[in-house]
Amino acid sequence: MKIPISWLRDYIDLDGLSVEDIARKLTLAGLEVDEIKYAGLPMPEYKDGEKHEFKTSGIAWDKEKLVVAEIREVKAHPNADRLTLLDLFDGKESQTVLTGAPNIFHLKGTGKLDKPIKAAYAKEGTTLYDGHAEGLQLMTLKRTKIRGVESYSMVCSEKELGISEEHDGIILLDDDAPVGTPLADYMGDAVLDISIVPNMARNANVIGIARELAALTGREMRKHGNTETGKQVKNAVRSPQSVVDLVEIEITNPELNPRFVMGMIRDIEIKPSPYRIQRRLRLAGMRPINNIVDATNYTMLDIGQPLHAFDYDVLVGRVGQIGNLSNRKIKIITRAAKDGEKIKTLDGTERELTSTNVLVCDEKSSLAMAGVMGGEESEVTAKTRTILLEGASWNPIATRKTAQQHNLPSEASFRFSRGVHPAMAEQGVKRGLELMAEWSGGQIAPDLVDVYPLKPKDPTITVTTKDVKRLLGIDLTAKQIADLLTRLEFECKVEKDSVKAKTPPHRLDIGEGVVGLADVLEEVARVYGYDRIPETRMSDSLPPQIGNPKHEWEEHARDILTSLGVQEVVSYRMTSPEREGRLVAHDEYVALANPIAPERRVMRRSLLASLLENVEKNARAESIAMFEIGSVFEPNKNNLPNEPRKLAIAMTGLRTQSAWDVKDSASFDFFDMKGRLELLLSGLRLSGISYTPTDGVTYLHPSKAAEVKVNGQTVGVFGELHPLVKEKYDFEDSPVIVAEFDLDALQSAAPSYGITPVSEFPPVLEDIAIIVDESVAAERVEGLIRQTGGKTVTRVRLFDVYRDEKIGAGKKSLAYSLTYQSEKTMTDAEAAAIRTKIVKRLEFEVGAKLRS
Amino acid sequence: MLDKLNEIEKSALESLQSITDSAALEAWRVSHLGRSSPLMTVFAGLGKLSKEERPAVGSGANRVKVALESALEERSKIVKSAALAKSLEEDALDVTLPGRGIHVGRLHPSTQQLRKVMSILADMGFQVYTSREVETDEYNFQLLNFPPNHPARDMQDTFFVEAEGRGDNPILLRTHTSPGQIHAMREYAATNPDNPPSIRIALPGMCFRYEQITARSEIQFNQVEGLVVGENITFADLKGTLNDFARRMFGQDARTRFRASYFPFTEPSAEVDVECFVCGGKGCGVCKNSGWLEILGCGMVHPVVLQNGGYDPSRYSGFAWGMGPERQLMLRYKIDDIRYFWGNDLRFLEQF
Repeated sequence: MKIPISWLRDYIDLDGLSVEDIARKLTLAGLEVDEIKYAGLPMPEYKDGEKHEFKTSGIAWDKEKLVVAEIREVKAHPNADRLTLLDLFDGKESQTVLTGAPNIFHLKGTGKLDKPIKAAYAKEGTTLYDGHAEGLQLMTLKRTKIRGVESYSMVCSEKELGISEEHDGIILLDDDAPVGTPLADYMGDAVLDISIVPNMARNANVIGIARELAALTGREMRKHGNTETGKQVKNAVRSPQSVVDLVEIEITNPELNPRFVMGMIRDIEIKPSPYRIQRRLRLAGMRPINNIVDATNYTMLDIGQPLHAFDYDVLVGRVGQIGNLSNRKIKIITRAAKDGEKIKTLDGTERELTSTNVLVCDEKSSLAMAGVMGGEESEVTAKTRTILLEGASWNPIATRKTAQQHNLPSEASFRFSRGVHPAMAEQGVKRGLELMAEWSGGQIAPDLVDVYPLKPKDPTITVTTKDVKRLLGIDLTAKQIADLLTRLEFECKVEKDSVKAKTPPHRLDIGEGVVGLADVLEEVARVYGYDRIPETRMSDSLPPQIGNPKHEWEEHARDILTSLGVQEVVSYRMTSPEREGRLVAHDEYVALANPIAPERRVMRRSLLASLLENVEKNARAESIAMFEIGSVFEPNKNNLPNEPRKLAIAMTGLRTQSAWDVKDSASFDFFDMKGRLELLLSGLRLSGISYTPTDGVTYLHPSKAAEVKVNGQTVGVFGELHPLVKEKYDFEDSPVIVAEFDLDALQSAAPSYGITPVSEFPPVLEDIAIIVDESVAAERVEGLIRQTGGKTVTRVRLFDVYRDEKIGAGKKSLAYSLTYQSEKTMTDAEAAAIRTKIVKRLEFEVGAKLRS
Repeated sequence: MLDKLNEIEKSALESLQSITDSAALEAWRVSHLGRSSPLMTVFAGLGKLSKEERPAVGSGANRVKVALESALEERSKIVKSAALAKSLEEDALDVTLPGRGIHVGRLHPSTQQLRKVMSILADMGFQVYTSREVETDEYNFQLLNFPPNHPARDMQDTFFVEAEGRGDNPILLRTHTSPGQIHAMREYAATNPDNPPSIRIALPGMCFRYEQITARSEIQFNQVEGLVVGENITFADLKGTLNDFARRMFGQDARTRFRASYFPFTEPSAEVDVECFVCGGKGCGVCKNSGWLEILGCGMVHPVVLQNGGYDPSRYSGFAWGMGPERQLMLRYKIDDIRYFWGNDLRFLEQF
C-alpha cells in the first residue's frame, strides 16, 4: 500500500515528525514500511554505505530552482515545427522556455492565452530525472542552444519530477496553483510503501494509517469521513428525484453479500480530475482515468471502501429491452453465479463462471463480478451522464476464490478478500458521490438505497488488569488499558479492574471470547509499545527433560562418519522417477499436485539416488566420500506416506589425497567402504555384525556386494555400483562404492558396551601365513583362529592376501599377524603351542597348509 | 725402540689431522690402533724384550696408545660436528611447499548451524522434538488457526500432494515446522489430560514452499522453532528468552528490536531484528545499510492453537518462535546465493 504523506496530512498533524520518524513508528507497530519514495520533500542525504534505516529512492525538489509558473503564450519555434516556445512567468520574471510537450502543442500560435496555464518550472541548474532516458537517470539542466534558440530551463513532466513514469506531456497544474511558490511547498511529497499483513486489512487506506499514527503518537485525528462527507452531501445541489424511487436491491444470500448501498448522481460531465487528485492517485500507484472512475478509486484509497460506478442510462436501456419501464424501478440482484454462466468484464474478456463467483445483476442478466471486476456493458464512458454508485460488502472467501480462479488480483479484491467492514459501504458511497459532485459538477440524488441484512458483531471484549499481567507481563490500570484502546476508537467502559471494549465499526479482526481477548491484548501491547514491555526470565519451573534419543543417535552417527573423512550433504527431497530410475525403479511415488518443474515432481524414494546425483555434480573432484542422513517417502495410497530414515554413503576417486610427492593412484574400493562401515558400526557400539555376499541388489556389482547384518538382521547393503548402472551417470573411471542403511533397523539393534582390558604384560607378536582354497572365506579363517586361540589371541589382523603359481591355481595365501597376550609374561614356547593348535585346526576344518 | 714409538706417534697424529669423514677415521683406527698396527706390533713384541727394556718400552707404548686414542676421540668429535653442520645445511626444506592433505569429512553447513542453535536451546532447557515432513492441511494450517481460504495462506505458498477424496484436508509438504507444535502439545497433554505438563521444546526440520529456485528463493529450507507452554508464561518472558537466545547466538552485546507483526498461530506476534552483527549496526551491505537484520518471527501462542493442542487457554499460555539456519548462515558468511545449500558443491561445503 503506497501512502503519500500529503494525503495523510489531510487527517493528522504531522508537524515535528520526519518522514523517517513516521516510517519507524508504523514499522514497529506492525505496518512495515518497505521503502520511502521521495517526490519533492527534502530527502535525507546518505553517503555511500552510510546507515539508513529504510530503503529510500526518489528526489527532493530544490526550493529555489523549481517553482510554480504560468504559461502566458505558446509561440512557434522559428526553426522547428514540432517544438514550441513558451512565454512563461515564474513569479519574478518572464522566461522563454522551449518544449516539445504534445499536451500544449495545440495552443501554438493562438496568441496570448485567456487563461494562463500553470506549470512546474525548472530553472537552470536544477537536478531532476531525464525524461527521455530509459529508467530513472538524474541530469542537471544546462544552458544550450536547440535549433538556434537558447534553452536554459524547462517545464516538467511527472517523470522528470519523480512522481510517476508519465512523460507524454508536461504537468498541467490546477488553476489555483500559486505562481512563484516553490514547487516543493506546493506539492512536495514522500510516499510510504507499507506491507499490509492480513489482520491489518482495515489499514489498507489513508485514514487507517492516519488512525494508527494518531494512536501511536497520541495526536488527534482531524474530522473525517462520515461526518464531513454527510454534511457536504447535504449541502450539495439536489436533484429532485430520490434514488429510492428509481432503484431497488435484492440480496439473495446475505452470507455472500451482507450489505449493498446505492446512490445516484446526475448531470455529470466526464473529464479529467483536478491535477492534485491525479498526482495523489499516481503516487499511490493508480492510473487516473476520468473524474468518475478516479472518485471511486480515490475513495477506496482514502477510506478503504471499493466502489463501482454504473452508467444508469445503460441500465434503464436494458430494462427497457425486457419490458415497460414506466412505474418500474431498476432492480439490482446479487446472487451466486450459475456454473457455466458467462460475463464479459470491462477488460474485454469473456469469462466462464462457477457457483463460487458472486454476481451483481439486473433483471436482464449479470452486470459485474462482485468485488472483483465490473462488466463491460454498464461501465462508465465519455457519454455517461448519470451514475448509479455501488458500495457493497462482499464475502472475503468468495472474493478470494474468485480473484484466484480468474487470476484477477485487483485493489478491490485485495481489500474484499481480507474483509471490509459493511459500515464502510455507506460511508464509501457518500464520499464517492461528494467527490463526483465536486469534480464533475453533477447533482446528487436524495437518499441512498441501503439493504443491510447481515450486520457484523462488533464484539465487546472484557479485558482485566489480571489478563494484561498474565499474558503480557506488565502492570496497567484499567484506565490505562482503556486509554490505549480508545486511541484506536474502541468504545471503552471501565469497571473496577476491567475494561469493556467495544470493537469500532471499521474492523473485522476482533474475535470473541478468549480469541477476542488475545486480539485486544495485541492492540494494547502494540499501542503501549513492544519496546516498553520488559524482559523477564520464565518463572515457570523447568518442564520434564525427556530428550530425544533418536535424534541424538543420528547426530552421533553423523559425527562418526565425518571423523572417518566422509562429507555430509543435504539434497532436495524432490526428484523425478526418471532421475531415481537410473539407480532403482519404483512404480509409485508421493507425487506433487503442483510441482515447480517436471524434474522435481515426486518425493524421493531412494536416498542413495539423491546422493549419487551429488557425486555426479562433483565428479571432477579427484576424490569423493559423501553421506546423507534423511527421510525417504513411501506412498500410502491417499494417506500420509511413511517417512523411513535412511543413511547413504558413496565413495569414488583417489584413496590417498595426491600431493607434490604422493603419486599413489589407487582408487577407493570395496574394502575402503567396508573399513569405514566397520568403524561406524563399532562406533555405534554394535556387535554381532556379519557381512554376507549378495547378488540380490540390482544396482550393485553382483560379486562385489555384501549385506550387513547385526545379530542376523539385515540393516544395510554396500558394494561397488553395477557397471551398467554406473554407465547411466556422468562419472569418472574409478569405481563408485556405495552403501545404504535403514536407520530404523540399525537403531533397533541393541548396543553393547564394555571394553577389552589393556594388559601390563608384554605380548608376543607372530605372523602366520596359510594356504587355502579360493572358496574359503577370510571371515571363516579368522573365526577359526579366534575360536582356537581363545582369550590368549587378542588380535588377529589379515595383512596380506597373495596368489601365484607356486601356491597353485585356485589357492590363495592368507597372512595374519597374531598378538598373544595373557595375564603374565608370555613365553615364545607358550605362543608356539597355541599356534600349533591353530594350524592343526585350520588344516582339519578348511584344509589349510602352513606356508613355509 | 722408544724412538720408534715416537716415530709411530708422530706419523699417526700427522695423518689424523687430514681426516674429515668417519670412514677415513675408522680406517685410521684400524691402521694405527688395530691388531696389526705398528703400535700393536710393539705391544706384541714386549715379551721378546729384555727385562731391562720391557718396562720403559711398555709404558712408552701405553702412553702412545692413550695419546692416539684421545686424539682419535677428539678428531671424531670434530668430524661428527662437521658432518652434522653439513647435514643441517644440506637438508634444508622448501618450507613453502604445500602440506600433505588428508580426507576430511565435515557436517553440512546447515547441520552445523542447526546444532549451534540447538545446543544453545538445550542449555536453556529445550528438548528436541521432530515430526514428519509430509503433513495434512489440518496439522499444517487448520489447527494452527489458518482456516481454509484464509488470506494468511498466501504468505506460505504450498506444495500439495496428489491424493483423492481428502476434501478440505489435502496432503501437503509442511510449510513450517509448526505442525510439530500440535503433535507435541497433543502428546504431552495425553500424558495427563486434566493437568497437562508444561512444554519447552525446539523443533528443527526441513520445510517446503512453492517458490521458483533462484539466488533468493528456495523450495526447501530448514527451520527451527521454539515452543513454550505453561501456566505463567508472558510476553515479557518471550522477550527475555529471545534476548537471552540472541545474546548467546550473536554475542553478549547483541541488541534486538521487536516489531509488531502477524502470524495466524500467535498473538500478539512480533518480528525480531538483531543489530547487524557484521557492521555493529553502522550500516553495511549485509543489512542493506539499515543496521538491522531480521532473524526470527515470534509471538504468544494463539488461544485457538493452545485449545487444539489440548491446553486450556484460560489457564495456560505460551510463546513460540521460528528461524532459519540457512538465512543465518547467509548473513553470517555473506552468502549471496541460497542455491549453494542444496547444490552440495564440495568447493562450497569444504569452506565450513
